[in-house]
Amino acid sequence: MTSDNSARLSDVVHEVEEAEHEFRPPVAGRLTDVVVGIAVVGLGVAALVGSVALGVGSPRAPGTGTWPFLVSVVLVVLGLGLLVLTGRTHDAERFTRAGWLVLAGLATMIAFVAVISVIGFEIPAALLMFVWLKFLGGESWRASIVTSLATVVAFYIVFVGLLAVPIPHMF
Amino acid sequence: MDLTPVVEGFSVVLEPTNLLFCLVGVVIGMLIGVLPGLGPAATIAILLPITFGLEPVTAIIMLAGIFYGAQYGGTITSVLLRLPGEASSVVTVFDGHALARQGRAGTALGIAAIGSFIGGTVSIVALSLLAPIVAGFALDFGPPEYTALALLGILLVATVSSGHRLKALVAACIGLLLATVGRDGFTGAARFTFDNLSLADGIDFVPIAMGLFGLGEILYNLEERHHAVQAPKRVANVWPSRADLRASSGAIGRGSVIGFVLGVLPGGGATIASLAAYGLEKRRAKQPERFGQGAVEGVAAPETANNAAATSSFIPLLTLGIPANATMAVIFGALLIQGVSPGPQLVTEHPELFWGVINSMYIGNILLLIMSIPLVGLFVRILRVRATILAPITVLITLVGVYTVGNDVFDILLVIVFGALGYLMKKLGFEPGPLVLAFVLGSLLEESLRRSLIIFEGDATGFVTRPISGTLLAAFVVVALLPLVRAVLARRRSESKESV
Repeated sequence: MTSDNSARLSDVVHEVEEAEHEFRPPVAGRLTDVVVGIAVVGLGVAALVGSVALGVGSPRAPGTGTWPFLVSVVLVVLGLGLLVLTGRTHDAERFTRAGWLVLAGLATMIAFVAVISVIGFEIPAALLMFVWLKFLGGESWRASIVTSLATVVAFYIVFVGLLAVPIPHMF
Repeated sequence: MDLTPVVEGFSVVLEPTNLLFCLVGVVIGMLIGVLPGLGPAATIAILLPITFGLEPVTAIIMLAGIFYGAQYGGTITSVLLRLPGEASSVVTVFDGHALARQGRAGTALGIAAIGSFIGGTVSIVALSLLAPIVAGFALDFGPPEYTALALLGILLVATVSSGHRLKALVAACIGLLLATVGRDGFTGAARFTFDNLSLADGIDFVPIAMGLFGLGEILYNLEERHHAVQAPKRVANVWPSRADLRASSGAIGRGSVIGFVLGVLPGGGATIASLAAYGLEKRRAKQPERFGQGAVEGVAAPETANNAAATSSFIPLLTLGIPANATMAVIFGALLIQGVSPGPQLVTEHPELFWGVINSMYIGNILLLIMSIPLVGLFVRILRVRATILAPITVLITLVGVYTVGNDVFDILLVIVFGALGYLMKKLGFEPGPLVLAFVLGSLLEESLRRSLIIFEGDATGFVTRPISGTLLAAFVVVALLPLVRAVLARRRSESKESV
């Protein structure tokens, strides 16, 4: 492959990547890269300590901790590599205000799992639907309420009625 | 070659249940292909709980249908809206949408459907011929060969994933570590369970796949403001003219071959195949400037190749037990759930499954051709369903679905944790694909490594001196060092240019 041809193909790839990121937040700064690198190294070290505690064994008699030990060593090295590369990668995105939407979405799920054993799935499911439709999706009040209720009824019919799944339910 | 099991495979496919689930699979595939957002890996992950109640053959026929069906569906939005439904149809946008602007959307969709059908069919035939040979070859593989093969597979997938290579490898390492959670298969000792009873048997594959691919993708998409989609009401004249067919026949032929070859290679798959096929046609063209302005070959080549690759990527999974990409990793998980471990013995031990799944692809491709030419208008209408409504319904299906697997609230918690992790990973440039792939291969890799060390009595050079594992490891080193070599060469070249 001549350099001329490969340049053309990389143009295509570049265009493709731009098309994919059209609606995404901007690239993250160097601080994010550093935090990510430290987190990876930290995870690797934690796994390393855990593996040593399990018993690393020897090549002749590999122990319970041998394999996780090897993987953690690689992970630490890769994490250090990421730290060296900070500022040179451009594939992390900045956390923008849109990130709050994600946290809100996660919160509805956590609320769902927290109360499902107590009050069943119907009310938390309806609330989850409503929050996602009205506040995360920007649907109208009417559409949000109707869709939430209809979805929960449909879930009830399918999972409790037809499939008889033992999911905690109120009614 | 004994054709009896092949023919029996057809009788498996033609059972009404299997035909029905083949249809269900390809329709779902078309739908999620049309809808931007969830990809095939995510959809298959979310549907894993349903497969528990199905026969193994039926389950895999359906999941396979989703995978190759998505390749057909992804084209529709690329052409009509300049919004690729799937990564493997991104490159179709250039010429497909240009054709649509010239009022020839129908031609683009028709050519894509015909190309996909031919690419898919060529690939199935080649798969039927090649797969048993590969499986036969791999029957002699021992633990050292499997260690080398799994390592190479993970490395290749990490190398070609869209993010940074280091980050993909980090994801793979995390996947390998997650696979060690639970009881050690050799000694029975508990590892990384933090005295949590729910973790004693290890982390289940279903919440990992559903969380990382499904919830992770939905959360990630929450940050995007989707514009109201202006779908055209109808698409006229889907049948391409004879001149169009003649113009694209070469591209379809070459696309089939490229797609098949790149699909077989671990880490290859549909997206790379579509890019490579497009690049090749542009390079071969007498007037390359036509590309991007509505060249039919620019649609035919990538669409043929992505379908051929989607089909052939089943080869490493069904013959070696090594998934070639993220979607295959999820199908690997689905097979394990069904109590079938994919590998070279699959074709002899479960011929009905092996040939049933492969032959179902002929039927699936015919169904897709029918759906994508006369029924294309129907799928265009699906585009009006808003993502804001689909997202929470998918979330609920995931949360309730993961519960049904083991009737355990802990699984819901796990899927949420992995959903958050999936979001963070995508946000920070780590592809979840290598993690899931490494997770499914993790226990195989550890087991074969430990067995090999015991066979070699601790002498690790044994890996290198055995011919097959040695070759595979040499390939591993080449793949690992290639980017470094390339970087050095590029630097030298730019230095020499500057000195001129």
